[in-house]
Amino acid sequence: MHRTGALYGQFETLEQQKDTATLGMWIFLVTEVMFFGGIMLAYTINRHTYFTAFAMGSSMISLPLGTTNTIVLLASSFTMAMGVWSAQTGKKKLLPIFLTLTIILGFAFFYVKYVEYSQKFHHHLVPGKTFDVNYCVNNPSKCEDISPADLDKEREELQRANAADPNLNSHAQLYFSAYFGMTGLHALHMIIGAGLLFWLLHGSLKGLYTPQWNTPVDIVGLYWHFVDIVWIYLFPLLYLIDRHR
Amino acid sequence: MAEQEHTEHSEHIVPPWLYMVIIGTLMALTILTVVAALQDLGRFNIVVALAIATTKATLVVLFFMHAKYVPKRTQLVIISGIFWLALLLFMTLSDYVSRVDYRGVRYPMSQNAVHISPSHRS
Amino acid sequence: MSTAATTPSAVFPEKHYLNATYGIRSWLLTTDHKRIALLYLVSVTAFFFVGGFFAMMIRLHLLTPNGYVLTPDMYNRMFTMHGVAMIFFFLIPSIPAVLGNFLIPLMVGAKDLAFPRINLLSWYIYIIGGAFTLYSMVTGGLDTGWTFYTPLSTVYSNSAVAPAVVGVFITGFSSILTGLNFLVTVHTMRAPGMTWFRLPLFVWAHYATSVVMILGTPVIAITLGLAAMERVFGLGFFNPAMGGDPILFQHLFWFYSHPAVYIMILPAMGVISELIPTFARKKLFGYHFVAAASLAIAVIGFLVWTHHMFLTGQSTYAAIAFSLLTFLVAIPSAVKVFNWTATLFGGSISFDTPMLYAFGFLGLFLIGGLTGLFLGCLGTDIHIHDTYFVVAHFHYIMVGGAVMGYLGGLHFWWPKITGRMYPEWLARIAALILFVGFNLTFFPQFLLGYNGMPRRYHVYPPEYQVYNVMSTAGASILAVGYLLPMIYLVWATFYGKVAGDNPWPATGLEWKTPSPPPTENFPVTPVVTWEPYDFHNRKDLGLEVGLAEAHADD
Repeated sequence: MHRTGALYGQFETLEQQKDTATLGMWIFLVTEVMFFGGIMLAYTINRHTYFTAFAMGSSMISLPLGTTNTIVLLASSFTMAMGVWSAQTGKKKLLPIFLTLTIILGFAFFYVKYVEYSQKFHHHLVPGKTFDVNYCVNNPSKCEDISPADLDKEREELQRANAADPNLNSHAQLYFSAYFGMTGLHALHMIIGAGLLFWLLHGSLKGLYTPQWNTPVDIVGLYWHFVDIVWIYLFPLLYLIDRHR
Repeated sequence: MAEQEHTEHSEHIVPPWLYMVIIGTLMALTILTVVAALQDLGRFNIVVALAIATTKATLVVLFFMHAKYVPKRTQLVIISGIFWLALLLFMTLSDYVSRVDYRGVRYPMSQNAVHISPSHRS
Repeated sequence: MSTAATTPSAVFPEKHYLNATYGIRSWLLTTDHKRIALLYLVSVTAFFFVGGFFAMMIRLHLLTPNGYVLTPDMYNRMFTMHGVAMIFFFLIPSIPAVLGNFLIPLMVGAKDLAFPRINLLSWYIYIIGGAFTLYSMVTGGLDTGWTFYTPLSTVYSNSAVAPAVVGVFITGFSSILTGLNFLVTVHTMRAPGMTWFRLPLFVWAHYATSVVMILGTPVIAITLGLAAMERVFGLGFFNPAMGGDPILFQHLFWFYSHPAVYIMILPAMGVISELIPTFARKKLFGYHFVAAASLAIAVIGFLVWTHHMFLTGQSTYAAIAFSLLTFLVAIPSAVKVFNWTATLFGGSISFDTPMLYAFGFLGLFLIGGLTGLFLGCLGTDIHIHDTYFVVAHFHYIMVGGAVMGYLGGLHFWWPKITGRMYPEWLARIAALILFVGFNLTFFPQFLLGYNGMPRRYHVYPPEYQVYNVMSTAGASILAVGYLLPMIYLVWATFYGKVAGDNPWPATGLEWKTPSPPPTENFPVTPVVTWEPYDFHNRKDLGLEVGLAEAHADD
């Protein structure tokens, strides 16, 4: 196994092995770009056609929480890059620290996501039979986490939106399909990333990664940064539609 | 042996101060994008939002992912990926935006189209 | 055929990849690309039988205009499952996963692919995806067409859509991992002296195929994922009742599925590029053009997908652009056909079985390709879209092209894979039976489509019956043409004549190692100093100008 950074049988040199692994990860990331690209296309077409509903939907998700998550994830990219640097420069004590910080920030992201998703559940904003974009406005007692002032603003928005788009409810459901689809897919990738980070942490505590051989840290880093980039795009696309109203 | 091009093994190690500059820039851009979203720029809101997002993504790719320092072959892989995504988006959109019927009327789906309200499958 | 220079009496190597280790675990947990190729061989053949069974049901049903064999609903399931099994589980994996996996490390001079464990993982992913799809087939099947158009597939169909969609989704990752492995291997694992322009065209073809797999397959993955979400959770992107757009599904679907047809044909073209120089004893004409054409097909192939959607009400301007691009994509294919033909000119041609398949490919791919132009032209497509003309067109390419390439390649490399020769005369007869059966099956379908018979219909007006009967008759002959190789290739593995390192002889690096090869492929890393297909300068092949062709003794 590669526990000792040993050469695999099919390679001639460690350099060839690292070269191969890195190229492999970049090509894999290209497949991920196309994978997310498909759902981005679906989002684009639907946003273009149903702008009112998308703007309405965007106003119903929490800007502070979204911004927090963006900052958290950017920070985690920083700590990950620092982790790779630690491995490259042989700072064996720092690597586990940075990996742990990355994991903690990742979990912070998951927690915020959990808060957001459970909010959507309670507000009947999950696509399916129970979806109702007018739910909180019509049942203020069920949505106590929204302040009355905010609820009034929402009511006003919904009136305007319903007038502009007679089928607001279905089209808003498309927005939330995009929301859950895109953030869900992203979260799934983050969960896998977190798993990989735990694996790296385990290895780093055993001192496996050296300046001569730190390929796993490097390529997991690439994956983690990619997941961050997806969020960098998701944030404006989902949270910042027509916010100035 | 691998082909004769210079691999990243005169390994360029990015110094931590550069990472700090980049993360600072990224945070600033995040605040900028939220502020910009709260201004009424009309049709340019989305343009600005995507431009800022692309800037942030570029910084992450170039510096955190070391794309600035990798061999040309890898850079070609990255650019091809982005190019292909653009191809998917733009060529499909080319259909939607250029639809014109025999009367000269544009006919994408309209939010005012009448259709059955959502129901579970019968 | 007389032989002046006979092949040296062949010796069967003592230790090779087949007997290196024993036991089922050594096969199921192998990381040897050659063994993985054989695992794939068994699985794709199994799915070929599955797809063939459904084809048989279709053709039996269509013997009579009113169709007494199947109910309409069952008929829909038959053609759907035929398509799903054949496309996703046979055609897309076949040449890359069987021949590509076996040969690419040998051809570049490496001990294995870049990621051997990922190679094994890709086989397991294929099996799991196949299991889901088989589950769908046995729990009533799928009736949406292999194209899964919405909202039939996501809302209204009463068939087992979800397991099949999940199965195809999973199998897509097998394709992605194979492509990734090939790309990285060709970039980083070539032996010293094996420059890009010394690579066999088989490798170039698989490189181009891998580019398509990497860039295209993720899109079908997300599309099917969204379709599954829609079916199970009611998402709504593709459902008009919720404001969704079925055409969006089609765009996303065909963005992959058109390049997918190039995934199916490019490897076959790679095989032909190996067969023709070998059996014409002549350097391939225009090597650089053929290599460039492979890449051009891969790239331009991504720019034409809307030609499957000309009749959907899409933008006419977009349709015109895509139609032009469709004509453009034919050009690199034509370049290849011209180059293969030019290779034959002035060559010393022998009619061994692989060459018969190559000839079959040339003629049938030509017809298939040219009829594609009729379909790519907007005016004519209006009349022949969704008719048997389309069915005949793609079967000429897929079966007349890709499957012939696959069989030709299997025969050509069978001595390398097993160390033994197949029975030559029986193989030639089987190839001829296949050729006759194929044309009898599918040529009438051009006429049917031209005369207006729609595809995917379980009944038809009586005036179409003659051609349908001819087609079914041809299909039974075709079946014999497929069964024969399956039988004699297995027989040959155990009882065939010992082949030796290079029975043909051919110029590739894979022929410089024993047959069957040792697990590590080459005892010492080879150093390549020769150009590809250079029959003139390869003294080691024992061919001399002026003598009658020397090839494997019959």
